[in-house]
Amino acid sequence: MVTRGFFGRRRETPPRPIPPGQYLERGFPVLTAGPTQRVPLDQWSFVLVGAEGEPLGEWNWEQFRSLPETEIHTDIHCVTKWSKLDTTWKGVTIDDLLTAAGVSDPSPYLMAFSYGGYTTNLPTWDVLEGRGMVAFEFDGQPIAAEHGGPARLVVPHLYFWKSAKWLRGIRFMPQDQPGFWEQYGYHMYGDPWKEQRYWGD
Amino acid sequence: MGRLVPDPTAAPATTWQSATVERVAVETYRAKTFTLRLAEPSPFRAGQHYDVRLTAPDGYQAQRSYSIASAPDDFGRIDLTVELIPDGEVSPYFHEVVEPGDLLEVRGPIGGPFTWTPDLAGPLLLLAGGSGIVPLKSILMHRGLASPDTPALLLYSARGPEDIIYRKFLDSAGRRNPSVAVRCALTRRQPPGWIGYDRRVDPAMLRECIDELMTMHGNDSVPLSYACGPTGFVEAAADALLSIGVDEATIRTERFGPTQ
Repeated sequence: MVTRGFFGRRRETPPRPIPPGQYLERGFPVLTAGPTQRVPLDQWSFVLVGAEGEPLGEWNWEQFRSLPETEIHTDIHCVTKWSKLDTTWKGVTIDDLLTAAGVSDPSPYLMAFSYGGYTTNLPTWDVLEGRGMVAFEFDGQPIAAEHGGPARLVVPHLYFWKSAKWLRGIRFMPQDQPGFWEQYGYHMYGDPWKEQRYWGD
Repeated sequence: MGRLVPDPTAAPATTWQSATVERVAVETYRAKTFTLRLAEPSPFRAGQHYDVRLTAPDGYQAQRSYSIASAPDDFGRIDLTVELIPDGEVSPYFHEVVEPGDLLEVRGPIGGPFTWTPDLAGPLLLLAGGSGIVPLKSILMHRGLASPDTPALLLYSARGPEDIIYRKFLDSAGRRNPSVAVRCALTRRQPPGWIGYDRRVDPAMLRECIDELMTMHGNDSVPLSYACGPTGFVEAAADALLSIGVDEATIRTERFGPTQ
């Protein structure tokens, strides 16, 4: 349906395509369902939990920061319609975390869970082979608390609600289960290029 | 997340539908309210939003989310209040082009935790920064129609008196009902003789609001807090609530990123 009198004011042409329904954002909007979590580094830890609830690995901040670091340059896409190009994240890939924990065949799905109670579900495949990391730096600086620091999940090929802020751990699951927003009707997978915003998309 | 328990029946209506613009009302020099009649109405909860999709003749599309300002009690109609962002893309279209009779593509309702239904009871502490008043107005209206005894205090932070949206509604809501109080903080420009707050939200202000709400309420039930507005406002409000000992599980927030 063509909207009467609308021609679009493309303020700038993206240097490369962005997903359908998105617009370019220069800032970095903050969207969270509750108060910002402020987790002191000396109380922070990160856990990997197996499908039976068994601990697979746990790292305090110092131990976590001694794991191999990876830097990625990527575009990010929020379900609230903004896309931000050319962001840089430094962190530990899920591959490296699994290697450090000695886990070779994780269950096919995972639930990321956060300080403050947020959860989001992902297929494990989507965070392997460098596709997902636990990031602690954004554009060369420690990640600010309102953007999910000290450490957040970054899975840039999916809508950014999947990149859980204030990450506390990852629990592997034999079957897919909806996380926080997914129970509210957000898409179970969330591919921005297929515009999978809500159930049924 | 304590009381933040998702409602499995809350799935959004995910198909696009056309809506007819019935009315355009000027709220302030930069806010207009658009009353839409939905082709395929579905119930919504106070606090939810709709997505709007505009399509240019060459197929280019722009989408934005706008909170519903009206109460769910008016079935089949929704009010969307749009704040003009001068260098934006969608809000200038709304302000300069849209008129009664136009058709717009919308889908919804969308949105989960930032909603209120009468079974959640109260008392309600509603904290609005700027155009963050929009979903809180829906909650306040719905409270008045569906649960008029639930005590509510709205603290509305705006830059100056000319920025206050829904002034008439808020004036009468605060005066008509002993279980509603409306407090205003004008952070940059105050009219002569202003007796409300003249500063940004802080812990002392929220302490006073909670004390007033508790006095109105007359018992010890913990208030449910809803804070909506620009990121800076919501961060300050939520941090201030935590600093005076409010349980995190009772605080719901909705931050507006810049929406062009």
